[in-house]
Order: sequence, then C-alpha cells, then structure tokens
Amino acid sequence: MANVAIPVAAAGAGRRPRYGSMSRDRQWALRWSYFFLVLFAIFFLLPPIYMLITSLKTSAEISAATNPWWVFHPTLENYRELLTSNQYLIFFRNSAIVSVFVVSITMLISVPAAFALARMKFWGSATLATGVFLTYLIPETLLFLPLFKMFAVFNEWTGIQLINRWWVLLIVYPTLTVPFATWIMIGYFASIPKELDEAALIDGATWMQTLTKIFIPVALPGLIAATIFAFTVSWAQFLYPLAFTTSTDQLVLPVGIITTLIKGDVFNWGQIMTGALLGAAPPLIIYAFLMDYYISGLTAGATKG
Amino acid sequence: MVDAAISAPHEVAATRSRSSLRKAMQRKSTVAFFMALPLILLIVLLVIYPALYSLHLATLNKSMERFVGLSNFTFLFNRQTFWLVVKQSCIFAITAVVFKALIGFIVAHFVHNIPAKGQRKWRGMLLVPWVIPPAMSTLAWLWLFDPSYSAFNWVLAIFGIDPVPWTGDAYWARFSVILVNIWIGAPFFMIMYLAALKSVPEQLYEAAEIDGANWWQRMWYVTLPMMRNIIAITALFSLIVTFANFDIVRILTAGGPIDMTHVFATWSFRVGIEGGDIPLGASVSLFMVPILAIAAIFILRDITKRGSEV
Repeated sequence: MANVAIPVAAAGAGRRPRYGSMSRDRQWALRWSYFFLVLFAIFFLLPPIYMLITSLKTSAEISAATNPWWVFHPTLENYRELLTSNQYLIFFRNSAIVSVFVVSITMLISVPAAFALARMKFWGSATLATGVFLTYLIPETLLFLPLFKMFAVFNEWTGIQLINRWWVLLIVYPTLTVPFATWIMIGYFASIPKELDEAALIDGATWMQTLTKIFIPVALPGLIAATIFAFTVSWAQFLYPLAFTTSTDQLVLPVGIITTLIKGDVFNWGQIMTGALLGAAPPLIIYAFLMDYYISGLTAGATKG
Repeated sequence: MVDAAISAPHEVAATRSRSSLRKAMQRKSTVAFFMALPLILLIVLLVIYPALYSLHLATLNKSMERFVGLSNFTFLFNRQTFWLVVKQSCIFAITAVVFKALIGFIVAHFVHNIPAKGQRKWRGMLLVPWVIPPAMSTLAWLWLFDPSYSAFNWVLAIFGIDPVPWTGDAYWARFSVILVNIWIGAPFFMIMYLAALKSVPEQLYEAAEIDGANWWQRMWYVTLPMMRNIIAITALFSLIVTFANFDIVRILTAGGPIDMTHVFATWSFRVGIEGGDIPLGASVSLFMVPILAIAAIFILRDITKRGSEV
C-alpha cells in the first residue's frame, strides 16, 4: 500500500516531501531542545535538591560511605532541632524584621521620588535620575569599609553605638534597594499616559492625591516588583551583616548559619543544609507565587527607562 | 488717615510675601524637590560621602592618625598578593561573564523553541539559582565540593575517576569558584535574552526564510542585531556584579588555598576588617573603580541612547 502511495505523491506534488522533511526537522529540534533543557535543569536544580537530600539525613548516614544521592533513613530531626533552637529562631527573626523594615523604608523613599522624577520636572531632576541609576551600579564591596569607619566615628561623636547592632542594617540596606526600586518605578510611572494625571490636576487633585489615587493603583505591578526586589536583596545580603555585626544575637540568617553552625573544623552538614534551605525558603515561596512580578522587575532594569 | 495710609502698604507687603511663600511651597518644582529629598539625602550621605571618604581613608596609615599620601598604594604595588588579586579578579569576571552569557543565550533559545504553553514552567525552574540567596546556595556547593564526602567525587568514582580536589588545589578552586558564579548568574542572562527573543518580530524571520537564509544567517543577521542592546547591557551589568562579587569566594574558599582565589572584594575584607587595616583595605577596593566606571559609562551610553530613540 505504502509503496503505491509514495510514487503518486512524489509525482503529484514535487514540493510535498520537502514540507514533510521540514516538519520532521522541527520535531527533531524540539526533541533536542527538551533534551538539553532537561540537562540544564538538572545542572541548575542540583544544589537545591542536594540541600534537601542532605537535610533529611542523620549525621551517621552523612558520614557513612553510602550513596550520597539517596536518603536511606529519612528523618526530620534536623528540622526539629533547628526550629526549636533559640539561636536559629533569633537569626530568622532578625532577618524578618530587617527585611520588613527595609522594604517599608525603600518604598517610602523611592515611590515619591520616582513620581517626582518621572512627572514633576525640577531643577536637576534629569541629572538626579541618571545619578540614581549610577548609584545602583556602585557595589557594596566598595562602600563597606568607609561605612564601617563612618559608624565608628559617629559612635565617638554621639555615643550612639551602630556597629554590632542589627538595626545598623536598616541604615545601609536602603543604599542597595532604593536606587534600583526608584529606577524601575520611574520606568513604570513614565509609561502611564499623561492625560490621566492632567485630568486629575484639572479636577483639583493635589500632587500627593495624584500619586496615591492614580499612580500607585495604576503602577501596582511595578510596585509589587520593586517590593519583591527590595525583599530579596535585604534577605540575601551577606557582606554588610558579616562586616557590621558579630554578636550572635544580632546576626541575620546568612551570616548566622555560616558563623554558628560551622564550629571550628566540625561541619554539621545536615543542620547547615537544613538551615540554608529554610533560609532560602522565603524568597523561593515568594517567587513561586509571584513569578511574573519577579521576572518583570528583573527585566525592567534594562528594558525600561 | 495717616495711620491707615502708612499701615496699609505694610500689611499688603506682608500678606504678599506670605502668600508668595505659600505659592512657592505649592509650586510643582518645590513639591517635587521635597518628594525626592529623602532619596537625595540617602545618596549623598550613604553613597557619595562614603565613596569620597574611602579616597581619604586610602591616604592614611593603619591607625588612621597620620597622612601618608600614596604609600598605601606603593605598598600594594610591591606586594605579590596584590597582583595575584588583580589577575584573579579579571580572570574570574571575564570567564564567568562569557560563560554566563553563552549558557544564558543557549538556554534561552531552547526555551524559546518549545511550545509556548510549556515555556512558563521551564522558565520558572531554570531561574531558581538566581532566586536562592547566593550565600545559601554557595553553602550547598561547598558541601558538594567537600574534600572527604564530595557527592561529585562519589559519582566520578563510579566511572573510575580519581577524586577531584575541588577546593583544595589552587587551579581546581578557581574552576569551582567560576562554576558556582556561572551557576548563579546564567539564569539571569537566560531571562533577559528570552525577553529579548520574544521582542524580535516574527516577520523578520519569515522574510529571512523567504530570502533563503539558513539557521546561522538568521541568527547572525536577524537575532543578534535585534538583541545587541540587551546583550551588551546584560553583560555589562553582570560584569560589574561579578567583578565586585564577595559571597561566593568568601564562602567557598575564603581566598585560599594560599590566596589563589582572592578577588578584590574578599581581599579588602581580609585586610580591612579581619586584619584591622581599614586604609589598606579601602585602597584595595578602590582598584575596582576604574573597571566599574568603564562598564558604567557604556551602560549609561546605551540606556540614554535608547531613551532618546523612544
């Protein structure tokens, strides 16, 4: 049957087989795409999965010469121990307080500033917008030493101790979050049609009312993206807390795990991985639920503005 | 009469000046300035001032009592570790950014290739390394690289390959640091490139196909020119972040073995905070400025250019 059909098709329409081969090419391209995507997904997800595997093991199983990629005797002992350890809960609390405050401070500073820069031109506003962007490009590794010395001098002058207090982080984290949050909010605000705020002003709204009643509701996706950004940055920051805080009751999560769970040369890997996984959980959960906002914030820095 | 005549202009002037003050307060530019004031204060007090202050610090001696001019810099120039740090920082940043860009580009193409309804899921999975705080994920890598229990070495042993000293040997340690860097940064490139790929109009590809362009030609003459801007900006962004990176090296190797993986950030921390020599540490970190400045200038040029196009 098939033998009969082929010559007919070939004779009937010369171009037909080419279409067939092209769609076959496409199918192969698709298969290869999936194949490589699986490979890359394994590479990208391996460390977090291994964190989970290790966190479910006892110390005895970790040091045994068995297959490290499999859990033979799963246990939640590591989780129980960490979640009842006062110290770990203090780190978690410090991190949570710092992040919530930093997010609030960031939004309070950057939303009005972005509105002013996007809509109400004033002397030097264009320079300031560029300056905001440049500030975002200054890494924390350049500023931690002068800031450290500044806080020490501040202590000499006023007697207010900033070093080794968790709230010093409330002062320094906004330098990382505010510039970028302002920058992406400028982009979102600038994309709102001018007619909208002109209409509000004609109706007698003040600038503050225009911001709170029109711009914030309309640019809500941008606001959420900026909030997520501020949260993830302040949750993940490692250098500033490592340099500025040392007492165990002042540490935030990343520094706390690294300085207290690693005791001398003894690594309790089960607990370290559990701590790291729990520390990674809040950003991961936010990402899982608000992925689109997260990604729009990520791409906004370079595609908007 | 006289009294009234005298007092009247006075009063008028007073109300006028008060109302002009109120007017000035209600003027658009004044309101705008006050709205931006916290931002300006933050940038001036906590970014610009410390940046200038570190220039000043770099000219002091260790106890920060005496002005020593440029002797911190000449001291660094005569130290071999400093040149090692310069070399390693450049190697790390360039290698890592090139591979991040390559992997990001390739993965973005694969994600773009598959049917649209599955893309979200894959994109979501592939961005996970970027979402986990770097300090946490580097700990997982440290455990994967553990000298006695390395899970990678266990797999290699199945194939009869000798254990690899992931963080013990200087060259392997450099490789490991770069690998972790790529792992964390590649998803960011993937997301940016995917967004750029989606913005290339489909008609351009159809037109190219009708003109008989093959896959490479479509890539070279359509995709790359359309994405040029995003590729440049993403790479420059990443160059800054990678060059100034602290977390990965600090946690994975802490600069060892024998300073063979130190970069500017980790070495200035070692010297400035742990060694207690803040001026010397500040001098070390100041050497990042030229490269950061060059990258920043290029980014700014691209962004303002795009701004004027719109």
